[in-house]
Amino acid sequence: MPKLFSDFAKARRENTRMVPVPSQALIPDRDIYASPVLECVHLGIDFGGLKAVDDFNLTIGKTEIAGLIGPNGAGKTTVFNLLTKVYTPTRGTIMVDGHDTAGLDPARVNRLGVARTFQNIRLFNTLTVEENVMVGLHNQHHCGMATSILRLPHHWKSERYYHERALELLDIFDMCGLADHEAGSLPYGAQRRLEIVRALATNPKLLLLDEPAAGMNPSETAELMENIVKIRDEFQIAIMLIEHDMNLVMNICEGICVLNFGKIIAKGTPEDIQQNDAVVEAYLGKQKKEVA
Amino acid sequence: MGIKTLKPQTRSTIITYAIVIAAFLVVTVLDGLGLISNSLSGQLVPICAYVSLAVSLNLVVGVSGELSLGHAGFMSVGAFTGVVVAGCLARMGIDNELMLFAGSAVVGAIVAGIIGFLVGIPVMRLRGDYLAIVTLAFGEIIKNLLNNFYIGVDDAGLHFSMTDSSSLGMTQGTILINGPKGAVGIDKISTFALGILLVLITVAVVLNLMHSRDGRAIMAVRDNRIAAESVGINTTKYRLMAFTVASALAGAAGVLYAMNYSTITPSQFDFNQSILILVYVVLGGMGNIWGSIVSAAFLTVLPEVLRPINQYRMLLYAIVLILVMVVPHLKIYQRAAEALRRRFGRGEADDATESVATEGGEADA
Amino acid sequence: MEFLANIINGMSLGSVYAIIALGYTMVYGIAKMLNFAHGDVIMVGAYICFCSMTYLGLPVIAGVVLSIIGCTVLGIVMERLAYKPLRNAPSLNVLITAIGVSYFLQNAALILMGSDPKSFSSIISLPALRLFDGALTISATAVITILVCVVIMVALTLFTTKTKMGKAMRACSEDRDAAQLMGINVNGTISMVFAIGSGLAAIAGVLMCSAYPTLMPTTGSMPGIKAFTAAVLGGIGSIPGAALGGILLGVIEILARAYISTQLADAVVFAVLIVMLLIRPAGLLGKPVNEKV
Repeated sequence: MPKLFSDFAKARRENTRMVPVPSQALIPDRDIYASPVLECVHLGIDFGGLKAVDDFNLTIGKTEIAGLIGPNGAGKTTVFNLLTKVYTPTRGTIMVDGHDTAGLDPARVNRLGVARTFQNIRLFNTLTVEENVMVGLHNQHHCGMATSILRLPHHWKSERYYHERALELLDIFDMCGLADHEAGSLPYGAQRRLEIVRALATNPKLLLLDEPAAGMNPSETAELMENIVKIRDEFQIAIMLIEHDMNLVMNICEGICVLNFGKIIAKGTPEDIQQNDAVVEAYLGKQKKEVA
Repeated sequence: MGIKTLKPQTRSTIITYAIVIAAFLVVTVLDGLGLISNSLSGQLVPICAYVSLAVSLNLVVGVSGELSLGHAGFMSVGAFTGVVVAGCLARMGIDNELMLFAGSAVVGAIVAGIIGFLVGIPVMRLRGDYLAIVTLAFGEIIKNLLNNFYIGVDDAGLHFSMTDSSSLGMTQGTILINGPKGAVGIDKISTFALGILLVLITVAVVLNLMHSRDGRAIMAVRDNRIAAESVGINTTKYRLMAFTVASALAGAAGVLYAMNYSTITPSQFDFNQSILILVYVVLGGMGNIWGSIVSAAFLTVLPEVLRPINQYRMLLYAIVLILVMVVPHLKIYQRAAEALRRRFGRGEADDATESVATEGGEADA
Repeated sequence: MEFLANIINGMSLGSVYAIIALGYTMVYGIAKMLNFAHGDVIMVGAYICFCSMTYLGLPVIAGVVLSIIGCTVLGIVMERLAYKPLRNAPSLNVLITAIGVSYFLQNAALILMGSDPKSFSSIISLPALRLFDGALTISATAVITILVCVVIMVALTLFTTKTKMGKAMRACSEDRDAAQLMGINVNGTISMVFAIGSGLAAIAGVLMCSAYPTLMPTTGSMPGIKAFTAAVLGGIGSIPGAALGGILLGVIEILARAYISTQLADAVVFAVLIVMLLIRPAGLLGKPVNEKV
């Protein structure tokens, strides 16, 4: 596998060391005093007889950027669907910031602090860009139905809050100019960015990004990488991403988890993963012994 | 904030209120000049009632995106509650028509809202066509139950029975609801002004709700349920909210409708009535409030206008309905529209901003 | 004994619902639309049979055949003119169009036949069956209705599983675009389904009017709604589901009429539907559809 690190990433990485916690999982040393944002233990789901995900164990530190990679059909998106409770796990536990999510629905999991984007973009297409973000801010500020219908002063105050906060968030991706556009009419890249903004609006502790760079050109991807790191630094949250772009994954992820056929085949730092035989085999197939 | 151009949202709100107020002024002036025929002036209150019903149903079908086929059921709950309330108030010696109407409308709306909420709890567990059939079923159940209600009032208070009017055990007093014969001897206290007032209230409730935190949540659930859940929105709560508010508004409209006739029967509020209201909503445009207003008014007047060809008017109505739905999808029409658009130089701007988004990525199991 | 008689009458009524529900469910399966005009096709079928027997003096069998042919043609014409242009339109537009077609058929019948109810003479002139020394009387109409329903069910099952056209139909229901790519004539298949559904509606109309002999322009609307309910109850899109739902609904309706209240029978039927759907949200034999995330 070719070396994929840029100098920028290497310099930044030197400040981070992955250290083990009691469960043997690795998290960045700066997060060692905070409880992990996510802990999965023996997580699994069956579809019919098929074990789509099995024995999935993962711990993510409070401000870690983690990568989830693997060949097509390995079960990566299924893991996201399990973490957000779109699917109910057949077995295992998911702890978000120390809270067990058993029996919670996706909305409650989000309120616990898990936000996500989708592989096939799911925006509120007929709403404007600003309204999409406002919906993301739904649980950050309250205003009752009667107050809104009667247009009491609190309603106007709330609307101002939503408006200002939405623009602040859109500014991260320089999207304020698009605020009044219909979300469904945006170009593909902008839709992907809007999904991230909307997820951020819910004030998450853990942000799950499902193929954020899909369909982006190299310069857009580079910009996205900077923005992901910027979001982590500014909001002090953990980010977990599924991505096929190895350049992106190897550059910004601190811990990487490799999935194949629903099982974790390797975990570790980008350096570890690149030297791991099982990973190389999963991606490139078993290499034939060369006859000398 | 500098006002460059109005946001589309604000513009449509202004159009909506303007239409209602303009209609009121025009009709009042024409009426003053004696230019409104008897048959049309008899239709003024029903038009207001249907406009309110269409606007409230639009909250469910257009804004919340759930197909409801039982709106007339909530209308009838309001109508019959209103009749009972008006009967009781009259018995208590209240004869101010405005008070009678306000009391009936408020109680009618509350009862219809409560019924809507109770019906909504099981209904909102379902989706799509299954939800539609269950609303239809509830509408029929409400009609069926009302067909078996006997309510009377005398000095001792209200009497209720589900067998027949004689088992109410009343010697004096009045029977307010008489089973399949419905409510008889209603005070005709609805007026056009009250109708317009109710329309304005309905429009205000729906528009204010739409353009608020809760309204955005309702529309978000409609646009993408899974994404709405992923940002922490309790989808059932917001679907139920839209359904309940719409039911309450339908109840108030039912009171307005009932108080315009001396007799109403439960069978008037059947499946066909619900469908009629749905037609107004679809024709006016989903989620488009002023569209609902215009189409409800137009389609209520249309059969009246067609009265000279009495026998064929409903047939013609059916044909108009089919053509309005089918013609925009005919290739000839689309080509003609395209040619016209090109001729008048519109459309380039639309093409430029056209979405390049496609279903992203391959499925990952 | 009375209970048994009620059950058999219920099955007979249920068979009519089942035959109508088959049309609903097949059309829904392939065109993903609720064809609200389906109930009125029943009425048209009954009128054709009535006219050919009363005014033209044709024998029963000719009346039935004419009615089937008439409705089949009606179904195809309906689909071609009103529904085909809307193939890619929002489903609510299609629903409203179907309601328009329903109004059209009712009012056309009103103009042609008048609003006064016609008394339909049963097409079955066999004597009633007497069992257990006359303790149990079953009308021949009831028996024949049930038999016809069974025959139709078997024939349809064979058609959809064994024939090429039946398989094409199932393929279109599953995925219309994929079926088209495999060289299946989708438009032709949809027309065929409308033809079959409408032909069945004609049979249902004739059988129903033999049992309940009042014929009016609105005769079809309530059975239409009930059959739609039956189709949903059984799991819309599923052929055995429609049959099961129809028969269940008929039995419940007759039992409710007999033992609860005549006035509240419809309320009971719809309440059963609601309860069933809450327990099994996709109907009795329907398969739940999970949204892909």
